[in-house]
Amino acid sequence: MGGQVERWQYLNPGKTLAETLDISHTTLLYVEGVTVSFDGFRALNDLSFYVDVGELRCVIGPNGAGKTTMMDVITGKTRPDAGYVFFGQRINLLELDEPRIAQAGIGRKFQKPTVFEQHQVYENLELAMAGDKRVWPTLMARLSGAQRDRIDEVLGIIGLREQARRPAGALSHGQKQWLEIGMLLMQDPLLLLVDEPVAGMTHQEMDRTAELLLSLAGKHSVVVVEHDMDFVRSIAKRVTVLHQGSVLAEGSMDEVQHDPRVVEVYLGE
Amino acid sequence: MGIVKALEGDTGGQVMLAVLLVVTLVVPVLNLAVPETSLWHVSTYTVTLLGKYLTYALLAVAVDLVWGYLGILSLGHGAFFALGGYAMGMYLMRQIGDRGVYGDPILPDFMVFLNWKELPWFWNGFDMFWFAALMAILVPGVLAYVFGYLAFRSRVTGVYLSIITQALTYALMLAFFRNEMGFGGNNGLTDFKELLGFDLQSDGTRAGLFMASAAALALGYLACRVIVTSRLGRVAVAIRDAESRTRFIGYRVERVKVAIFAFSAMLAGVAGALYVPQVGIINPGEFSPLNSIELVIWVAVGGRATLYGAVVGALMVNYGKSTFTAMFPEAWLFALGALFVLVTLLLPRGIAGWLPARRAG
Repeated sequence: MGGQVERWQYLNPGKTLAETLDISHTTLLYVEGVTVSFDGFRALNDLSFYVDVGELRCVIGPNGAGKTTMMDVITGKTRPDAGYVFFGQRINLLELDEPRIAQAGIGRKFQKPTVFEQHQVYENLELAMAGDKRVWPTLMARLSGAQRDRIDEVLGIIGLREQARRPAGALSHGQKQWLEIGMLLMQDPLLLLVDEPVAGMTHQEMDRTAELLLSLAGKHSVVVVEHDMDFVRSIAKRVTVLHQGSVLAEGSMDEVQHDPRVVEVYLGE
Repeated sequence: MGIVKALEGDTGGQVMLAVLLVVTLVVPVLNLAVPETSLWHVSTYTVTLLGKYLTYALLAVAVDLVWGYLGILSLGHGAFFALGGYAMGMYLMRQIGDRGVYGDPILPDFMVFLNWKELPWFWNGFDMFWFAALMAILVPGVLAYVFGYLAFRSRVTGVYLSIITQALTYALMLAFFRNEMGFGGNNGLTDFKELLGFDLQSDGTRAGLFMASAAALALGYLACRVIVTSRLGRVAVAIRDAESRTRFIGYRVERVKVAIFAFSAMLAGVAGALYVPQVGIINPGEFSPLNSIELVIWVAVGGRATLYGAVVGALMVNYGKSTFTAMFPEAWLFALGALFVLVTLLLPRGIAGWLPARRAG
């Protein structure tokens, strides 16, 4: 639990994780030489992967390529057998647990939309909002004017103003996906990890999601894992192709599509 | 005012508290001021019975807080209730003084009987009411904190957690049955004389205990409402419905669980401390796993995650139990089991879900 950051806390007293973050080299996330094995099966095999500040990156790859495992490692759900994962130059993510990684500024959207169905859309955003999330401050918490404005702003971004007071369980599948992206935004993350955002969506919903993700890049770094190639083509600037737990190719969509190794992997499917 | 806000939209709770207030004011008057010959007289037996039910209702509210809102099905809450009861019982034992059968000014009768020469260290301080009252809250609270810390940190959930809460109360029952523990063995603590100088047999004291139980229920209910209507309460429901999601938005799920679980145990301790002077005895049978299961049924019958449903369920099932056991003493457990099955099948949201009143958010 006592991570690198905490150990050196006396060097910069009173600094939170977010303040400790050093992105002076314009790289936000470093994943280096990460290996994860499950009962002998190598889900990730010496994977190295970097994300720049403000970048929108798509990660594609056949089933079992290790896309979700990679997200699990970054968010602290799975511990790798080897390798390094750093957030900025200074925060070693392998020494933090899930809530602290979230507080450091990494938000994750799951493959299956998970929103708090019993709560209103508004309350879902309120719960996700960045702030002091310890027990006593949470008990005493009251929404300030600025916080209300922020929730309202995010409701606007994800297009759910009309549904603000409806229970999240009553939303359509696409709306739940957007609400979940909204919940990520409420955490003011620097890095958004978005797992299959358009699975099960209609074409219209897909277009709106593409717009939404494009509008987020720049202010945030966004990593999108997706199967739907049309969707990836519509948003991607840089694409990383994973295969058997490591990076097979990286570049623009065109480069990647014409890479013979990529063609081989996908034709084999 | 926070309290007014906590009751907003809680029609069931408002009605329950209003009825409770009226009953609390009227019953003691009907008991003390109305002559026994009058039709309106309420017997002291009834007052004490009602007082006992109210402590059960507070216990049920404590269970609903962790089960209904946090999703922790505790099958060991009877243990916290019994510990609060024992703390109060120890105070009442020390108040007996030299009026016991053996006339020892310090040692309770059972210790004289066991040939003990001096008071065990953990009995010190229990001659003072404030200390005993503090212990009635702290001991269950600390036990719940330690237990919860270990269980929740290891991410034990669901049925497995329910089973270890059963084991907890069962282990305590076995321990308290032993004479060497110094809590009176299987006879427990009894033969109480007075509380804060008031004769426990007198009508006035009984009415006072009844009113204290009603006040504790009202305050406990309001405290739980404040929690469930706060953001912490919404986090609790979030944990109940999607625990790992809650973790990924930055909440320390274990700490939220431990805090609410310990608070609930403290409420149960208060209920136990008020229960003991009214029934006049506390023994290891109160730790029986069956008791803890029974009180979960009260909550299920009343309706989970409403709080007032727990009160209604506790009162109705216990009234039923008092009536039923008088007629068919052997058949009660079958009736209770049948009630649980029927409620689960026909009224999955309990009586509160079936009432026309607006459901609490």
